[in-house]
Amino acid sequence: MFIIKHKKIFITISMTLVVISLISLAIFKIKVGIDFKGGALTEVVYTEERPTQEILDSQLKSLDLGSVLIQPTEKKATEEKGYIIKSRNLTEEEYSFLISAISENGKIPLEEKSFNSIGPSVGRELTRKAITAVVLISLAIICFIAFAFRKVSKPVSSWRYGFIAIVTLLHDVILPIGLYVALSRFYGAELDTLFVVAVLTILGLSVSDTIVIFDRIRENLKEELKNPRQEFKNVIGKSLEQSYVRSICTSLTTILVLLALVFSGPVSTRFFALMLMSGMFFGTYSSIFLAPSLLVLVEEWQKGKSNK
Amino acid sequence: MWKHRILALIILILGAGVAFFVFQSEPGLNKNFETQNTFFKNHPFRLGLDLSGGSYLLYEADTSKIDSLEVDDQMQALRDAVERRLNSTDISGVFGVAENVVRIEGKDRIAVELPGVTDPTKAVSKISATPLLEFKIEAPDAAQKIAVDENGEANVDLSSIFIPTELTGRYLKKATLEFDPTTREPVVSLQFDEIGTKLFAQITKENVGKIVAIYLDGVPISTPVVNEEITGGSAYISGVFTPPEAKELVRQLNYGALPMPVHNLSIQTIGATLGENAVNAGVKATQIGFLLVALFMILWYRLPGLVAILSLSIFVAIILALFKLIPVTLTAAGIAGFIISIGIAVDANVLIFERTKEELKNGREIGDALDNGFSRAWSSIRDSNISNFITAVILFWFGTSLIKGFALTLGLGVLVSMFSAITITRIFLSAIKPKGEGKVTRFLFGSGINRG
Repeated sequence: MFIIKHKKIFITISMTLVVISLISLAIFKIKVGIDFKGGALTEVVYTEERPTQEILDSQLKSLDLGSVLIQPTEKKATEEKGYIIKSRNLTEEEYSFLISAISENGKIPLEEKSFNSIGPSVGRELTRKAITAVVLISLAIICFIAFAFRKVSKPVSSWRYGFIAIVTLLHDVILPIGLYVALSRFYGAELDTLFVVAVLTILGLSVSDTIVIFDRIRENLKEELKNPRQEFKNVIGKSLEQSYVRSICTSLTTILVLLALVFSGPVSTRFFALMLMSGMFFGTYSSIFLAPSLLVLVEEWQKGKSNK
Repeated sequence: MWKHRILALIILILGAGVAFFVFQSEPGLNKNFETQNTFFKNHPFRLGLDLSGGSYLLYEADTSKIDSLEVDDQMQALRDAVERRLNSTDISGVFGVAENVVRIEGKDRIAVELPGVTDPTKAVSKISATPLLEFKIEAPDAAQKIAVDENGEANVDLSSIFIPTELTGRYLKKATLEFDPTTREPVVSLQFDEIGTKLFAQITKENVGKIVAIYLDGVPISTPVVNEEITGGSAYISGVFTPPEAKELVRQLNYGALPMPVHNLSIQTIGATLGENAVNAGVKATQIGFLLVALFMILWYRLPGLVAILSLSIFVAIILALFKLIPVTLTAAGIAGFIISIGIAVDANVLIFERTKEELKNGREIGDALDNGFSRAWSSIRDSNISNFITAVILFWFGTSLIKGFALTLGLGVLVSMFSAITITRIFLSAIKPKGEGKVTRFLFGSGINRG
């Protein structure tokens, strides 16, 4: 099997991609949304004439809201023109002042599309919950894989399967995050609740994909244990050959629905779906190219150590 | 064989029945919705605020002054008070109609959902117009705290002169508007409950000749001097109102003096059109996603693929019916979870059919190959679904409402798909299992681009 033969190349490719993602994360710095840092986001659409940004700026200055960011929005299909106004979190009173300021006390008719104000304590709590969930899910998955592969702990201990699954998992999560950082830089995607959900879902999906390959390895290894005929790496190679098509197909069906979600789904879940899709893609790549390569590498490393 | 065919027919009929229920109970799909019986009428999809438009408010209660054992009870009382305020018809006609939801989140938070209310300022002012009623007494060293400055003016720091007592609006039974018979001024009469009466009696007994200040929302509104112990459990606030103000205060006090102060943590409002767009986009994405999966399955797996799509249709009907019956509040993230579960639902079929293909290649007959395909693919189906299910459960456990919606639809999808993709597909395939081994049947059961 060529993948096992050239395993070092694929491991290098993955490592390079992970490093690139981490560097882009360090350079670009992901934009943190109000879900996490608190703040307010007001979206309005002007039903008739849209005042210029300068007018709004001067109107809002008198309100003493701190630094306010005004972004124009435009929808070609409906010719809707409006603004998204980002500020610190607002009380209901400040919000009503803001609305009357940007409509010049109702003189310029507008439609309040959405308003979202989140206090900083809510954001802190969300951060804590997100970190707990990531840790718990990772632990649960390691334990589960170690349990599922307990019968094939020779020659590689089943805990190592769990460990390798987690390494590929990190790989599958870090690459989409790198991509998301780029999206954040160029298309305004922000680190919000859905981003966390995406990361956590990728964890689950990526493992389920890796399991498809590992399951075949497990089956073939059980045969091998009964009457040993070939080397470990050949068993892995054979298993991979037998199962890569189904691994691709299972991911493909999920990628197809995610494509539909990216291109025609609700706007609010677009970046989310895009991130999941990239997670699925890298997940399939790592299940076929990375996880088996790592498995063989670990076995060879073990053998080398015991021969000494 | 015939047993399987009859079973398959029964499942088809049941599936059609479930689909019929989903269709009949949806106002947007069923033109005669208004004339349906109540069972159908009571089960439309429940849309979250991001889809239906509306407001979401989150409050934090200050429980620091409440006995830790009593916090749960008091939170319940707070929740009820907030709900009463929102739903009382004389606050505003608008609020009473919609299905407002007020619930306790975590230990000390109150979440308020107002579907259809896109101007939250009115609702917010109703909630946070907290008539927090407190009774305060003179501090023992009050006189010493009155400082006289160089100009001979006395500066009084009220907060240091009066100290809080246990008596608050919590112990109020009812408030009524009365008029002073001599001055014709409006007076708010307060009637305490049993505990309140005892507390008030004790306070008045211990403070004869002193001031007992009545505070409303942290401001002293009345500072009467106590003449004697009052055991009847009633008190009057007078002198500072116009009649409409007094009336408003009485109403607020009756509709729930909040048992503790609250402050707003977050407000979210989604306009109706934004929500509608999201629903339409979600429906469209579901349809396109389903079609893409169907095309792929039928082109790649031929006849079994077609059967898998039939099972997938039943899967969709069951899931949608569950959304209605449980009921699951659908959000944009929830719809995303559902759409992803469509992609995951056929995974089991992919694994089974790939395995079947392998068995066919090894020279088995179609029937045997299918049986082996099902039994040998089971371990990988089980394990890969378990990992998704673990994720969904932990997400649900930890999540905010947004995450919960996603985790619930995804988790339900994983569970139901185990049933639809394995049991239902197997019954259908057994029902059409061919006896012969002609070229055509081998082609139909083959898969991929090769000739099977």
